[in-house]
Amino acid sequence: MSVLVYTESEKGKFKKNAFEVASYASEVAKMMGTTVTAIAFNSNENESLGEYGVSKVLHVKDDALATFNAGAYAASITEAVKNTDAKVVILSSSTDTKYLAPLLSAKLSAGYAPNVVQAPDSTSPFTIKRTVFSNKGFAHTQIDTDIKIVGVSNNAFGAHENKTDVTIEEIGIASDVATNNTKSIEVDKVVGKATIADADIVVSAGRGMKGPENWGMIEELADVLGAATACSKPVSDLGWRPHGEHVGQTGKPVASNLYIAIGISGAIQHLAGVSASKTKVVINNDPEAPFFKAADYGIVGDAFEVVPKLIEKLKDFKAQNG
Amino acid sequence: MKILVCISNVPDTTSKINFTDGDTKFDTNGVQFVINPNDEFGLTRAMWFKEKQGATVHIATVGGTTVEPTMRKALAIGADEAIRINTEPTDGFSVAQQLAEVVKNGNYDLVIGGRESIDYNGGMVPGILASLTNMNFINSCINLEIDGNSVNAVREIDGGKEKLSSSLPLVVGGQKGLVEESDLRIPNMRGIMMARKKVLTVVEPVDALKATEDKKFDKPAPKSQVKLADSVDQLVDLLHNEAKVI
Repeated sequence: MSVLVYTESEKGKFKKNAFEVASYASEVAKMMGTTVTAIAFNSNENESLGEYGVSKVLHVKDDALATFNAGAYAASITEAVKNTDAKVVILSSSTDTKYLAPLLSAKLSAGYAPNVVQAPDSTSPFTIKRTVFSNKGFAHTQIDTDIKIVGVSNNAFGAHENKTDVTIEEIGIASDVATNNTKSIEVDKVVGKATIADADIVVSAGRGMKGPENWGMIEELADVLGAATACSKPVSDLGWRPHGEHVGQTGKPVASNLYIAIGISGAIQHLAGVSASKTKVVINNDPEAPFFKAADYGIVGDAFEVVPKLIEKLKDFKAQNG
Repeated sequence: MKILVCISNVPDTTSKINFTDGDTKFDTNGVQFVINPNDEFGLTRAMWFKEKQGATVHIATVGGTTVEPTMRKALAIGADEAIRINTEPTDGFSVAQQLAEVVKNGNYDLVIGGRESIDYNGGMVPGILASLTNMNFINSCINLEIDGNSVNAVREIDGGKEKLSSSLPLVVGGQKGLVEESDLRIPNMRGIMMARKKVLTVVEPVDALKATEDKKFDKPAPKSQVKLADSVDQLVDLLHNEAKVI
């Protein structure tokens, strides 16, 4: 019996969430008195998982899996679960992982609980705390099946160093890969910029910006902070910004360390989608904007005056503090 | 082409969420129920296939009689027939099993469900359904074109999008982007009248594995008062020294 964790990588490098899920798996293994095995695909730095409590890495190195494929990845993970007799499978909350998790759940007849925010309440029965109603509530969910699948929310548990001796085993591609004949044709991805899913800081703007031509300062602020840019639903509906930037209940969830909302009044659906962020800052000229009730810090003022000043101040700050 | 759209009956996005019975149940008191938004984008795309490519569109919902007004709304939008699986939806795994039975019996070429429901956020029903019925699967789908048996689709990925090719039979986890917000339809009077006469079949559930149980709920802790900064200097100081986020 062991705990199996799927650690995601991109172009050979582990994603930030890989160390978070490894740390989570390590905590679950400690509670259950067992060890952590990780499965990674085409990763160049498998030893680094030992820093986060992983004692064995199953490494699938195969050019056929160079691009993510939910069916093929799920087949390999399923095989690894069976070969290691894993009773708990730990996943992240990335878009790719949310694609493969239900396939894994069906193949293993395993109950799947996504959006988990802390270590299990207990491992027998196996109960976890997860967000429901788009962050407006939490459920304590008991997984009743023999094998349990846990999807850990981004930036919820954190990465915790726990140095462990790690061995690496190269394994072959799973034989049963032909179950999903869906193929990737082209990946269109912004490179060198933080994404909403894994950014520490997200700078988001709403209709208060008055038009798409005014987004220059939002992008500049994001650049200074190394942040991802996001927007409210009306802004994406109006076509001012791409859909991929829409955050909120029907858009993407945000769980960053710092969320800066500029010219967003704070509709209940928007607040739900960003509530998992740790520190929220609001810049709005309307002191009655509902977002001020949900924020940690705020400035009441015109975005067109405040944001340029903030950019200058942060440039000075960065120059002084590195 | 025969399409099944899986519809979940969920609280309206503006709903205040409360729990009852010692925090073991969602309090439906005063809550307005609607078609799950992610499902509605899929239903609207299905209407496009009906109008442009002559597809037949059925909808299916797992639930008791209380879900029928939401199903009638989907019929008023233009679905041809509805199937209600007569059992309370308890967890994503069992809901997917119930829907899989409908899919197997109905010979559907395309099944569309929402990427996730906005109530329990399981995000698993389309994927489990695809696996149980041996159909291809595309999640977080933001564009879907079908020509004969071949499928061209785009899915959202973190920080971008990916073009995919696939083939029918296919299950899609849909969301905004399948159609635009402005394409969503409000049922007109004629649609509502016609919906009353459309076939709504009630089928009994099959035995299903219940994989998870929500034992208890709680609400987020109330937020402390916002700290208003008088200047950007003060704000940056607070973020650096107090919140320690920059």
